[in-house]
Amino acid sequence: MTEFLIKNGFVFDPTQGIKGDKADIAVKDGKIVKSSDISSKAKTIDASGKAVMAGAVEIHAHIAGPKVNEGRNYRPEDKLFTYTPKSAGKRMAGGFSIPTTFKTGYEYARMGYTTAIEAAMPPLFARHVHEEIKDTPIIDEGALPVFGNNWFVLEYLKNKEIENTAAYISWLLDVTKGFGVKVVNPGGTEAWGWGLNCLTIDDPVPYFDITPSEIVTGLIEANEYLGLPHSVHIHQNSLGNPGNYTVTLDTLKLAEKFKPKNKFGREQVLHSTHLQFHSYGGDNWGNFESKSKEVMDYVNTQKNVTVDTGCVTLDETTTMTADGPFEHHLTELNHLKWANVDVELETAAGIVPYVYSPDIKVCEIQWAIGLELALFAKDLMRCFITTDHPNAGPFIRYPRIIKWLMSAEARKERIDTFKHSAKMVEATHLAGIERELDLYEIAMMTRAGPAKALGMSSIYGGLKPGMDADVVVYDFNPQKPHKPDDIEKAFSRAAYVMKTGVPVVIDGEVVNNGNKRTLWVHAKVNENPQVMRDIKDKFLRYYSVTQANYDVSKHFVPNPYVIEVDAT
Amino acid sequence: MSKSVTDVICPFCGTLCDDLEVVVSDDGKKIEDIYNACAIGAEKFMHAQAAGRVTKPRMQQPDGSYKEVSYDEAVDFTARMFYKARKPLMYGWSSTSCEAQSIGHEIAEKSGAIVDNTATVCHGTTLIAVQDVGIPSCTLGEIKNRADRIIFWGCNPCHAHPRHQSRYSIFPRGYFTNKGHKNRKMIVVDPRDSDTAKMADYHFKVEQGRDYELLSALRVALRNEPLPETVAGIPREKIIEVAEVLKSGRFGIIFFGMGVTQSLSKNHNIDAAIMLTKDLNEFTKFSIMPMRGHYNVTGSGQVLGWQFGFPYAVDLSRGFARYNPGETTSNDLLRRDEVDAVFVLGSDPGAHFPISSVRKIAKLPSVCVDPHITPTSEISKLHVPVAFVGVEVGGNCYRMDNVPIDARKVVDPPEGVLTDVEFLTRVNTRLDQLIGGK
Repeated sequence: MTEFLIKNGFVFDPTQGIKGDKADIAVKDGKIVKSSDISSKAKTIDASGKAVMAGAVEIHAHIAGPKVNEGRNYRPEDKLFTYTPKSAGKRMAGGFSIPTTFKTGYEYARMGYTTAIEAAMPPLFARHVHEEIKDTPIIDEGALPVFGNNWFVLEYLKNKEIENTAAYISWLLDVTKGFGVKVVNPGGTEAWGWGLNCLTIDDPVPYFDITPSEIVTGLIEANEYLGLPHSVHIHQNSLGNPGNYTVTLDTLKLAEKFKPKNKFGREQVLHSTHLQFHSYGGDNWGNFESKSKEVMDYVNTQKNVTVDTGCVTLDETTTMTADGPFEHHLTELNHLKWANVDVELETAAGIVPYVYSPDIKVCEIQWAIGLELALFAKDLMRCFITTDHPNAGPFIRYPRIIKWLMSAEARKERIDTFKHSAKMVEATHLAGIERELDLYEIAMMTRAGPAKALGMSSIYGGLKPGMDADVVVYDFNPQKPHKPDDIEKAFSRAAYVMKTGVPVVIDGEVVNNGNKRTLWVHAKVNENPQVMRDIKDKFLRYYSVTQANYDVSKHFVPNPYVIEVDAT
Repeated sequence: MSKSVTDVICPFCGTLCDDLEVVVSDDGKKIEDIYNACAIGAEKFMHAQAAGRVTKPRMQQPDGSYKEVSYDEAVDFTARMFYKARKPLMYGWSSTSCEAQSIGHEIAEKSGAIVDNTATVCHGTTLIAVQDVGIPSCTLGEIKNRADRIIFWGCNPCHAHPRHQSRYSIFPRGYFTNKGHKNRKMIVVDPRDSDTAKMADYHFKVEQGRDYELLSALRVALRNEPLPETVAGIPREKIIEVAEVLKSGRFGIIFFGMGVTQSLSKNHNIDAAIMLTKDLNEFTKFSIMPMRGHYNVTGSGQVLGWQFGFPYAVDLSRGFARYNPGETTSNDLLRRDEVDAVFVLGSDPGAHFPISSVRKIAKLPSVCVDPHITPTSEISKLHVPVAFVGVEVGGNCYRMDNVPIDARKVVDPPEGVLTDVEFLTRVNTRLDQLIGGK
């Protein structure tokens, strides 16, 4: 019987509408309970004068798997000056934009993040992803297998076979221990197998004779047919190109005709990730400009779409994505080292280091666009903070992004020190935006919102009795005057973090490796002999491993949290 | 009655074939037959059954002979060696599972060791080149399904990776390559008339050590710039012809081996080969892949990568991970007398290191963990026999294209023989006790 009482903090919990009222949070056996349900022996944590929130939920980050690890191995320079030695109960840990698995777990926990979703798992490499997840301490993790260029999906959807697509998704989630349906550059990555790309939603995929638009709508339909906890999670076509906002709007509009169908309280049918990279105007790097307003005006009207920002943090980082053709495009732009892996029948990935410099106009504009998306959002339960770690910047910069969102003064300070601040101001809206988010809104963007979008709002993202006891105390008093940097400081090193009832961080230092779990979805469907036969056939003829050796067996997922879905 | 185990992974080379069928006796103790494996792979399985296999740890005596000791004594000896050593070298890791590597790394952290794998004398130069210029690559199934231009540069898969060509690179009929080898043009660059070279459409008998020039010449030819009459012994016309063949393909790949990684110019050769690949992506789709040797040397690089951030030569002796090939690589450390103990698991440096390094190992406190008696075991103070990974115990392995495949257990190990994981776990526990003052 482990009991805790977190007393007298200013509580911010959108799931209960608590906006900074003084309240006590009671914890018993890993769950949040009513204060009356714990005994007098409960350990008391004094949170007076501090902010209390649920554990934060990361909806999109590249933190485990083959491309992340290739990034680590091919960038020894990323480790310079970053290492911390081992200490009692803690492994040595290093790396900046692509930290080691240990550091990933420690750093998330220190910021008050207790759950994270690995954004792109190549199914053939699922075992590798799970090996890394197993070695990432503290945080609960799930991984999204990629489907948007998968030959099974392309072939089924060409013939509009939704039920077969759903049966295949169900099988793949089961054998890869995956969490949901990720789509990266639909069709474009398959085209990359021949060095080509799909830059609009109507470009046909070579040989497969299907368009990105058909892939996306088909997958949304299959996702809702299954009723998975999370919606289709999309990285759209034409990422990173000037003028791509029209493609972005075209894709988002595909969601209009669908309604969510699930038992998890999720209200969207499409999650559009790292929207910053998709909200560009102009037609070259010279007249490059922000189209965040146009994009968010649309998102604000569409209840069945959620987005995350993909904020640029102005650091030297390592870009990595299953959007193979984009990374080739990027290496041609910046001439830094290029790694690429095409994965048979499934996907591809590319990696290129990138320096977002405050002395480069385009980077300054990108920085502004990321923040604008959040500041233009009317419903912050549908717009989440990410950096698409490590693509727009490392996740350890979340506290800095929170500072920029909460303080117009901090934003102004940053803009004033840009090399091209006048040109940047002209190409963006940010300088004219006065809005400052409050802690309640930050809790929506980092806790309640992403938890709901993932279909995990019954256990994550809030402090309601019955939910997992993921509780964070920040040394930040919202009622006292503060400087912008105080925000960043408080969110960087949480005063106290509890993960499922286990104190894991005290005064910003990791004290316990917690009880990390791997989230995966078991979706039951009717027996489908056709799909089973197709799978067998593809393994016999086209895969380079046998079907029996593809399955990620249980010992790679030692502490699973399985979400059951019945679509029979 | 015997039973058949299917989808067995072959724990020999980086090709990591996973379609073997092994017939075992009903009691699960004896391997009776092996299907689908190459001669070397089959031998690896049969070797586990060979008569006279060592099943007890053996301690070297002052007169050089070996005396059997218990596993308890072996665990204690090994843990004490780590406890006393200020800078032990932990070498090998390429013929074992990722699970074993992971426990080894815990021990390394506690004892301030250097962890190095066989890449140090193999594809380490490739890893350095990748750190310089990146690497456009793909999985082997992509070659099977798409590739129509295949280059083997400084490697001889007919003998070193015997099933590579039939499973992935030359013969298979894939999705877009339904004519099999007739769809493919094969180019071999090798100064030798190897069996692989005999199969080639084009064999460039490059002058030994002149690979860098030839790679550069191909890059020049792609750009239609002038070339001298011959480069590295190859006539200009031939170079231009092959450049055109490469450009006209739909999907090409360069496979390369020791002939370029460990000959003159080393990592610079690979820099040039990777840049050639990158250049070819201006015209068509092209990839490049190292022909990794040991079946799980790739896995060692992966586990080191996610735990410490570097693929080999990882020095933990200062309490944080450092990587500096030339300084933290095994041979350099041994020859400069910078390590004071040597632990070898999953490799045989006694057979493959220069004699000057081997002599140093022989003089140091040393432990060799290996199912076989090897040149390394014969110079080590302690030899600990273990179960064969991939035959007698499972565990995760990474193929040369980084695809992870979980090796299978086919038969039981001889009675009482520990696995790598079991032995390392016990050493780790004992080391904890020693550190705790017990």
